Amino acid sequence: MRSLRRLRFLAVGAAMVGVAVTCAVIAPVLAPGDPYAQSVGDRLIPPVWGADGSWKHPLGTDPLGRDILSRIIYGARISISAGALAVAVSMLLGVIMGLVAGYFRGTADAAISNLVDVMLAFPFLLLALAAVAALGPGFGNMIVVLGLTGWPIYTRVVRAETLKFREREFVLAARALGLGSFRILRAHVLPNLVNTIIVMASLEVARMIILESFLSFLGLGIQPPTPSWGAMLGEGRVYMLTHWWLAALPGAAIFVTTLGINLFGDGLRDLLDPHRVLSSAASARTE
Amino acid sequence: MGTFVVRRLLRAVFVCVGVSLITFALLHVVGNPVLLLLPQNASDADVKLLKEKLGLERSLWVQYAVFLADALRGDFGQSLFTQESALALIWERMPATLELTLAGMLVGLGIAIPLGVVSAIRRGSLTDRLCTVGAVAGQAMPIFWLGIMLIILFAVLLRLLPASGRGTPAHLILPAVTLGAYLAPLTMRLTRSGMLDVLTQDYIRTARAKGVGERVLLFKHGLRNAAIPIVTVLGVQFGRLLGGAIVTETVFAWPGVASLALKAIRTYDYPVVQGSVVLLALLIVLVNVLTDIAVTCLDPRIRLEERSA
Repeated sequence: MRSLRRLRFLAVGAAMVGVAVTCAVIAPVLAPGDPYAQSVGDRLIPPVWGADGSWKHPLGTDPLGRDILSRIIYGARISISAGALAVAVSMLLGVIMGLVAGYFRGTADAAISNLVDVMLAFPFLLLALAAVAALGPGFGNMIVVLGLTGWPIYTRVVRAETLKFREREFVLAARALGLGSFRILRAHVLPNLVNTIIVMASLEVARMIILESFLSFLGLGIQPPTPSWGAMLGEGRVYMLTHWWLAALPGAAIFVTTLGINLFGDGLRDLLDPHRVLSSAASARTE
Repeated sequence: MGTFVVRRLLRAVFVCVGVSLITFALLHVVGNPVLLLLPQNASDADVKLLKEKLGLERSLWVQYAVFLADALRGDFGQSLFTQESALALIWERMPATLELTLAGMLVGLGIAIPLGVVSAIRRGSLTDRLCTVGAVAGQAMPIFWLGIMLIILFAVLLRLLPASGRGTPAHLILPAVTLGAYLAPLTMRLTRSGMLDVLTQDYIRTARAKGVGERVLLFKHGLRNAAIPIVTVLGVQFGRLLGGAIVTETVFAWPGVASLALKAIRTYDYPVVQGSVVLLALLIVLVNVLTDIAVTCLDPRIRLEERSA
């Protein structure tokens, strides 16, 4: 019964993520208009349910007369790709360091573990902000910064798991047979960690999307006129006293996407690793 | 216990040095303060003059050593714009940040701990399910959006609370709720799972079997043992809480350290950026040390392990 309900979460989450990904992939087909097309005559039209709303602009227009629905659909491209790329960078770095620290122990472990401690002591967001400011805003720099600041979580978990596996019989046997460390890690240790890593990475995508939006919200991420949810929210904030939907709608897009990813990730965790449900404390602590 | 505290403090000092090194490297190796400060058409002579003035012509290691030595004395340099001491600027803003953080923590814990305990006791009930769904939704919520939605609802539409700034207790309500809502979901889930772990232990079954009342069972045997994971989590969460405070301060124009740092980041006022990043990180390190010590005091097992080690 419980697992069935969990599967339902997984399905709902997958559907929500599916919608966002579909928007990102076929934005030109789905969007009713050009996200960049400005029209001075159509400034600040309210959404269709508002007093002067029309189906021509179902979610209204922004202060430059651009269609909000089209911008939200195109905005999925930025958020999804930023989330996925930032996670790819941080996961790669974090997993490699975790494997090295956990398997080789000694100096490498001491150095990496200490670095993780230092990184985790930082106000993560402030570090990311300072780094983006130092490098200059833009999509590429943002990915680098998010990737470089997001890795310690993976390292901590992968290191702990590797420590467990390095003493297991099959790893000892592989070592006794004379297999090299690289081969053992790749063929015998890593495959056992894949589920944990996938679950962690899927949940991290949501966190990275929120961070990306916040950076863009502050004007340190995606630069105008590129449509991104965070930047739209930041622009809309100025008008929140009179035109609330300008800030509300892009934020809702972020929320729905990250909610979908979290439901999906949580469901995946239970599906891939059922015994962990019983001791979810251990897994939650890694978040 | 004594050796544990000393070892923990040594580790904290190490972390602090690491923090200062990374902050310094970030601003001086990745970024170039001189190019950021001068207009693009500045002459080479201007660049040289500014470098000399800021002490940037020396080698990076010397610069770092000077920075570290000054930082130890509490001197983070002067703001490049107001010429005031960076430390004084940050110090002035610290009470506002601490006020917001504490208020957010109180709101967050006030929501999370009772709900977590109730969910664990009534596992599988409607309350439990609603709490779980709420926690999942809460964890997905971008708090800057939540803050803006609260402003739209309570300040713009209902006109009940001020939208931004600091001063009266009413000003604190929306930011504290926003920050509390950020902290609550994870804390609730951890309280619930911590409590569940405890409630399935043998000593709880034994206590129940020998007829201990449910109330005593829950509070004396249950929550007291569940306090260990909760306190640990709170320490770890403190870093997150400060991160949340950065976002909250920005949305509500709260005059704290984070909004000062953000302004400094925008204007490339790097002494202020350096100072605020290092001081906020120090605060996190300090809280983590205190948490570890508190957990040791709460958990006799760790104390004994230390003694036998």
